[in-house]
Amino acid sequence: MTQTVNSPQFNRNARKALDDAFLQKALARSEKGFIERRKAAVEKLPEYDALRDNARDLKDHILGHLDLYLDVYEKNVIASGGHVHWAATAEEANEIILGICKRLNAKTVAKGKSMISEETGLNAYLEENGVRPIETDLGEYIIQLRGETPSHIIAPALHVTKEQIEADFRRAHTELPPGRNLDEPTSLLAEARAMLRESFLNVEVGITGANFLIAETGSSVIVTNEGNGDLTQTLAKAHIVISSIEKVVPTREDAATFLRLLARTASGMDLSVYTTFSTGARREGDPDGPFEYHVVLLDNGRSNMLGGKFQEMLRCIRCGACMNHCPVFHAVGGHAYGWVYPGPMGAVLTPSLVGVEKGGQLPNASTFCGRCEEVCPVRIPLPKLMRNWREREFERHLQPATVRYGLGLWAAFAKRPALYRAATSLVIKFLRLIGGKGRFRALPLAGGWTRHRDFPTPQGETFQSLWSKRSQSR
Amino acid sequence: MKGRDTIFANIKKSLGVEHDDHVRRETVSARIEKHPRNVIPARGQKPAPDRTALFLQMAENAKASVVMLDSKDDVPAAVADYLRSKNLPQSIRRGDDERLSLIPWATQRALEVTTGASDGAQLASVSYSFGAVAESGTLVMLSGRDNPTTLNFLPDHHVVVVDERDIAGDYETVWDKIRERFGENKMPRVVNWISGPSRSGDIEQTHLLGAQGPRSLHVLVVRSS
Ligand code: SF4
Repeated sequence: MTQTVNSPQFNRNARKALDDAFLQKALARSEKGFIERRKAAVEKLPEYDALRDNARDLKDHILGHLDLYLDVYEKNVIASGGHVHWAATAEEANEIILGICKRLNAKTVAKGKSMISEETGLNAYLEENGVRPIETDLGEYIIQLRGETPSHIIAPALHVTKEQIEADFRRAHTELPPGRNLDEPTSLLAEARAMLRESFLNVEVGITGANFLIAETGSSVIVTNEGNGDLTQTLAKAHIVISSIEKVVPTREDAATFLRLLARTASGMDLSVYTTFSTGARREGDPDGPFEYHVVLLDNGRSNMLGGKFQEMLRCIRCGACMNHCPVFHAVGGHAYGWVYPGPMGAVLTPSLVGVEKGGQLPNASTFCGRCEEVCPVRIPLPKLMRNWREREFERHLQPATVRYGLGLWAAFAKRPALYRAATSLVIKFLRLIGGKGRFRALPLAGGWTRHRDFPTPQGETFQSLWSKRSQSR
Repeated sequence: MKGRDTIFANIKKSLGVEHDDHVRRETVSARIEKHPRNVIPARGQKPAPDRTALFLQMAENAKASVVMLDSKDDVPAAVADYLRSKNLPQSIRRGDDERLSLIPWATQRALEVTTGASDGAQLASVSYSFGAVAESGTLVMLSGRDNPTTLNFLPDHHVVVVDERDIAGDYETVWDKIRERFGENKMPRVVNWISGPSRSGDIEQTHLLGAQGPRSLHVLVVRSS
């Protein structure tokens, strides 16, 4: 089984999100923090843009030699005492992991944060088969208690307020005194820490994701601020890494380059608190660490993206900046996107991985303001890729007639970027025209937007000019 | 192997490289063997005294506390002071690192020093770092009995001793040092880069210290004459 896809309901999801007062409060709070922190970190590093060019070229080089780097990586994992498992599909990945858990008689497993495991629906699969997964990243722990999926790739509980967390903890931690004070975020953190400590010390298997895999040494790399991933993998008898195939990088030097970009762009830190390079299992004389080390490498459609119109999307290092800077994400949050990956990167990746029939609505969830591409540390041309999907969907005649009509004109401008900017106001007039005829609501997103916002209902200004005013006023 | 074959066949088909050509292979082995350096920020590229100052400043930015010591002999007193300042019992756990064994712990009579990994019962640990990186105030710790990895994560308070001469400007310098010690494409089981104490931003995006790992990180830099 894989994670259920609700993306075709994007418009309905979006409308629901706009009406959700809790969610709107949470989104308003997060937006500013992420943007300001990234800006400050970037300004302190004069080489930031040079690093981005470097990282972009490096990723292109890796993707062009992906088979060979994976081959070297595999050899070095094995040489350092680890095991490599290949999974073409999400189902295969889940089966491999369950197999390891069963062999080790594991009843519970600790989990570090992993978007790939969200992609395969690993938690639900394990639970159905008698293995209880315990999420150890605080954000993941919170949403696991709530029975939800992450709404952001690096801040999974972004959509939850403090008051909601308090209610969840009181409901879940019934062994603790009901009268305890949980008013402060620090007391919530302390309670989660105490609950999770027990789990770490009592599990057989620890599962983590990987931010990078290093071919040169056969190492997997995770970054966390909490240290939960390290406790997960160090205290378990077996460490299972679940990763997708495009995470491989050639050398330790190359990993350093991506690491210089990742935390800065994601959260404005020079580096995450813990960056951990793991190579194989416990060695002779080691007093701690796992006795087994497994890597499960998932393809799940990625190999099909190589060499085609969407290959650039595979450069993504999952920093979350594109969603942090996306006006659509800020308005509707992550769940509206209906699958694992939200925001601009999700709008491109979801149709690639789950098919255009299910994910084809998402590339419409964009104002094409271009902020995502501006902040992407590996310079993925996200608006262009979303346009590719829109054009493809247009060709497939999946869209209602009115949408095709509007898009034809739009595409004519959009293919010529200079003209596009100059002429956006014209397009807006066009939209106003068709909106005026009562057909505006047939356009993607329009229903949700016009009920709640004055944009993009044309008000005489383009989004670009509104945005630049808005940025200046920060 | 079915999954592997499918994946490799698909990658090659998509890339249009069905027949293995030696140019691609050589490009890949050359990169692995030469491991060229990429863009390195100028920030860390400083002579020793300034590099140390940058390390201290960056580590403090990352919310670690830092102290400079003139000699290793000052470590026990500095550790005892730190434990007192945190209202902790005078007790630490450490690994077998020879550099730690040579420290005159007995000069602090009240300080109990035990050795080994952590099982979660220790409140404070002392480790010796393999290296450090000025660019981001980062400690580089290696796994093994000298400095067990559990000491980096389980105790509530982590004290790390760093030799000033081991502070590098950038990560790349430390990678080369690891190559020297372990061999060209070898790594110890775990390399931990640690920048500050554990924290979480998952409750309303406010960073709170003391998530799952240590609540505090105290760095003792021993001056190199
Ligand atoms: S697409 Fe770019 S900005 Fe978005 S998550 Fe990926 S790397 Fe970050």
